[in-house]
Formats: sequence, structure tokens, C-alpha cells
Amino acid sequence: MSQTSVERIPVQTNRGTGGNFRWLLRHPIWAFVVIVFIFFSLMTDNFFSLGNFENILVQTSTLGLIALGMTIVMINGNIDLSVGAVVALAASLTVDIMGWPVFESWGNWQILPAVAAGLASGVLLGALNGLIVWKTGVDAFIVTLGAMLGVRGLVFVYTGEQSFFAMNFAYSDFGASRFLGLPTLAWIFLAFTVLMHVLLSRTVHGSNTYAVGDNREAAVNAGIRVGPHMMVNFMIVGFFAALAGITLSTQMGASTPNLWRDYELWVITATVLGGTKLTGGAGNIIGTFGGVLAIGILRNGMNLMQVPAFYVLVILGVILIAVLFLDKQLNRKGEEELRL
Amino acid sequence: MTGFVERIREGDLKGLIARNGIFIAFVGFMIAFGIGSDKFLSFDNLESVVRSSAMIGVMALGVTVVVISGNLDLSVGSMLSFGTVMVVDLHDKIGPGPAILVMMACVLLLGAVNGFLVGFVRLNSLIVTLGMLSAIQGLTLIYSGGKNVDVDPSTQDITWFRVFGRGEVVGIDMPIIIFFALAVFIGSIVAFTPYGRRVYAVGGNPTAAVFSGIRRNRVVFSTYLVSAFCVGVASIILGSRVMGSQNNVGQGYELLVLASVILGGTSLLGGSGSILKTVIGVLILGFIQNGLLLLGYPYFAQWIVTWIVIILAVWLDVAAKRGRLLSPIA
Repeated sequence: MSQTSVERIPVQTNRGTGGNFRWLLRHPIWAFVVIVFIFFSLMTDNFFSLGNFENILVQTSTLGLIALGMTIVMINGNIDLSVGAVVALAASLTVDIMGWPVFESWGNWQILPAVAAGLASGVLLGALNGLIVWKTGVDAFIVTLGAMLGVRGLVFVYTGEQSFFAMNFAYSDFGASRFLGLPTLAWIFLAFTVLMHVLLSRTVHGSNTYAVGDNREAAVNAGIRVGPHMMVNFMIVGFFAALAGITLSTQMGASTPNLWRDYELWVITATVLGGTKLTGGAGNIIGTFGGVLAIGILRNGMNLMQVPAFYVLVILGVILIAVLFLDKQLNRKGEEELRL
Repeated sequence: MTGFVERIREGDLKGLIARNGIFIAFVGFMIAFGIGSDKFLSFDNLESVVRSSAMIGVMALGVTVVVISGNLDLSVGSMLSFGTVMVVDLHDKIGPGPAILVMMACVLLLGAVNGFLVGFVRLNSLIVTLGMLSAIQGLTLIYSGGKNVDVDPSTQDITWFRVFGRGEVVGIDMPIIIFFALAVFIGSIVAFTPYGRRVYAVGGNPTAAVFSGIRRNRVVFSTYLVSAFCVGVASIILGSRVMGSQNNVGQGYELLVLASVILGGTSLLGGSGSILKTVIGVLILGFIQNGLLLLGYPYFAQWIVTWIVIILAVWLDVAAKRGRLLSPIA
């Protein structure tokens, strides 16, 4: 019952109004995004401006990048709770390695090995999580819950509980830099969104992702090497968490060991808002992008309306449950659950 | 399932280790830390470890019941913030007794919302409680207006509310007594009553449970009330011990609580696990933390050790069930 199977998306969008309506039904979050967008445009003076839209994109880019990776892992039927700790580890590694005396004579090139090390740490920890899930058969929730604590411990060991500051100004300027009329960070987020969408909807790896999440047994029988496949997806989410950590540290020009602590659940919120199923087999990047935007617009707009941040939390919680409820009501057909 | 004694009698050492790995790990840790530090096994130290684990422990008791029935509760952390802020704030306004009653009613109401959405509307428990996590955190901030609350310093030493966190009975701290009393109470309900068997049945095989005439919706609903009740008790302990509260005091606790439940050996798939195992899981986490500190390691060393211990414990459990160490997955 994967209504979100890969090839149907472009077909249904071309079916005129009926098709559009069904597209909205499958992405109820986009209806919400449109509503809050119009609401804030009317209610506040400063919301509807290109500058503010850029702000929203930059503010949500950290959350959004990780959510891209989380989507692919969750379509697999897994989950990654360790992303928050990986954000801190990658940020700390990158900012610290940049200042190593070895690279002092490298000029701005010293950023290169630092960023490479930061990204590598994310990919490696993702590989470790994936390997454990693959070989031990322990649920990904438990494996990554452990990693959430353990990797945070590694961050504290590495940093010695210190914050690091980027001495290289090219690095801290990057977070505020612009490229072709948009902030560079917004470009990075948008580019990876398109890339992940293509990966999920146009490649063999993408269709394997749905197959593994929908029915693992069948995927094994179809000749998919499920273990390595899941490991690759964990490496992808690790990469995105590390990348998000690095972009976040360019914005701050620093890193702290407690960066993104207790934030991992926000990524899951964004992904689930976008319609990705925790049970696997369903979900897509368009929805996730909508979920990320919903959170970003809501936070930004409420801020502009000078509503205390408290209400954002309540509204987000209610919307999360409402989206789940709507989804259940709309997609009841395939459900063969026993009701009492 | 073969029992502990039978396995010893039959000399089934492998099965014994696999099935009771967490007890063996517990004893192993105690011996290792006992040898490593002469202060570790002193009564004062053991008491302080159990006391500081008691609050997480009380919450873990309720979460265990929810997990046995095959669901998750991620909202306990926010609910702890909510309950503590409320009971501390109301203490000076309407007195300790009414404050506790009002707070309990509110927390149970939140639990009922969880239970209604998961039990009767049949929504995914992880997402519902994740939404409630966010919503309750927001409610807490709205309630307190973003300010931290505390009990008026002049009454802190006279009010009977202090008994729950700071009191002692026959030389044992009150939080410990509450924790163990509640563990025995909930443990016997889960293990020895028809209600307990219904919880296991619903978690083990929901379809079979419904066909056996169990009202699945009501059972799931009730487990969230149990969880909320435990959070309420934990709030009383915390509020009474600190006599004040930050708005986000419970932030991140949901996953720590879950970690100790998992460490005890309760399966997230539902249908198995026990309160005793959770108590052991909570104590192991507490003793790892304390033991490593006494051995001179920094406090964050416990997180790395916990990482390894959780995965090893669950791996051992899973491996014992399928009869081979590595997953057969391709």
C-alpha cells in the first residue's frame, strides 16, 4: 500500500485539478504550509519579503539537511537518534582541526582537511551504526539511542568540555556568504534536497530503499543485500548530520560540546510531518521539505508576530498529531487492522 | 521458559548467561567497582546512588508498563517538567496537599490524552507522544510564563511537603522507599494479576488478545495512566527535593528512561519484560555513573560505557532468542 511509490508522483501531478487535489491529500503538510504562509503574510508586515524567505531557508537548513538523511533511513524502516551528537562531533572536529599548527601555513586551504575530517566522522559513525544494526539484528532505535549517549561522550572526551572558536575568518564568513543572489547555506540545502529527491525517485538505490522498508523478507528474496543497503543509508544520514554540524558552526564561527543536544526528536518531527512512515516503505523528499518548511515558517512567523516561543511548541505538537490523524483517515483503504 | 534454577541444575551455562545477562552484568559491575574503589560498596555511597536513580527509576516503572503493552511513551520528560513546575508553583498558593492533588489530576489528564490517541484512535504511539512532548513543554512554559519557580525559602524547612524528597524513614531516604514501594506495587500488579496478563497479551499479540476477549483499547489507555501516575510521583520527589524547578528540568529524560528500560531487557516490540528487570536496568545505569566517577573518570565516561553496555545487553538478548550470534540478514 505504498501510495508514495516512486513513479506515481509525476503522473498524478499532471491530472488536472483532481490530480492536484490528490497530490495535496498525500502531502497534507503542504496545505498547512500554504495556509500558514498566507496567514503570516496577511498578519505581519515583514513576513512577505525575499529577505525573510532567505532567512527561513538559512534558519531551517540545519534541521532540513538532517531531515533529508532521516527520511531515507526512516523509509528503510530504521531510525537514527544519534544525529544530534554527530552534529556536535563534526562541528567540534572541523573547528578544532582547522587550527592545528600543522595546517598553519596552508592559509585558507586549512579548511579543507578540517571539513573532510568532520564529514568523515559523520560517515564513519553512520557506518558503525549501520554495521551494528546489520550484524547484530538489534533494533535501530536501540542502537542509535545508545550511540546518542556514547557519541556525545566522545564529543566531551575530544573537546575536554571546551568550546572551540574558528580563527579562520574565511570559515566563519562562509556562513553569511551569498552566491548567485541567495545565501550559500540556502543553496546547499536546496541542492541536496534536489539531489536526494533524485536519488530516492530515480535510482535503483532509491527503489531498493522503499522495497526494504515495505517488506524486508521480499527485498531479501528479490536479491537486495539488505544489510549493506541499510548501512549505506546510515552513512548518508551520518553525512548529512556532519554537514549540518559544519554549516551550523560556520554560522556561529564556533562549536560547543552541547550543540544540538536533545534536538534529534525535532528532525523526526519534521520528517514525520512530511508523511514519512515510521514503519517504513512510505515517504518522500517533497513531503520532508514541506515538513521542514512548516516548522521554519511557523517559528519565523510567530517570532515576527511577537508570540512567545512557547506557543510554537504547542502548535507543532498538535499539528504533528493532526497530520498523523489525517493520514490515517485518508489512507484507510489498505488498512486491515482489527477494530474493536 | 526454563527458569533460573533449572538451568543451573541442568548445567545449561550458555542459556543461563544469555537469559540472565543483565543480572550477571550487574553483579560483575558491582564486583569490579568494589575492587576498584574502597568507597564504592559503603552504605552511604550505595544509598546516594539509589537515591539519585530513584526519580528516573519511578518514571521507568510506568514506561515499562507502556512498553510491555507494545507502545512507547516519549512524553514523560516534558510531563516531569510540567508536574514539577506545577506542584512547586501551587505549593505556596494553595498548600501542599491540594497542590499535589491538582498536579496529579493534570498529569493524569495528559496521560489520558496520550492513552486516548494511542488506545482508542489507534495512532502510532511514538509520534503521538513525540507530539505531546512538544505540546507539554509548551504548556509548561505557558503556565510558568517562562520563569523558574520555587517554594518560598522561609517555608522550605517547615512544610511537610519536604518529606518526599528530603525525609528519612529508619535511616533510609524517602525517595528510595517510594521507588521500591512503587516497584513492588506495580511489579506485583504486572506479574500476578489478570490485568498484568492482559498487558502482556496486548503487547505480545494484539490480534490474539482481542479474540480472547481482551478490550485492547482500554488496556492501552490504562497503561498511559500508569505512566502518567509514575511521572506525577517523580515530580513530587523532584519538587520536594529541590524545592524549586526549571521549566525544562525533564528535557532529555524520556530517552534516558527508555535507555534504562531497554537495558533491563524489556523488548520494544512488547509482550515481554518485567518491572524487576527495569529496576536492575535503572540501578546499573546509576552504578556505572557512580563507579566511573569514583574510579576517577570524568562524568561523560558513563555515556560511552552506557553505549557499549546497552548494545551488548540487547544483542545478547536477541542472539539468545534466535539461537545464533549474528543476524542472518544478508
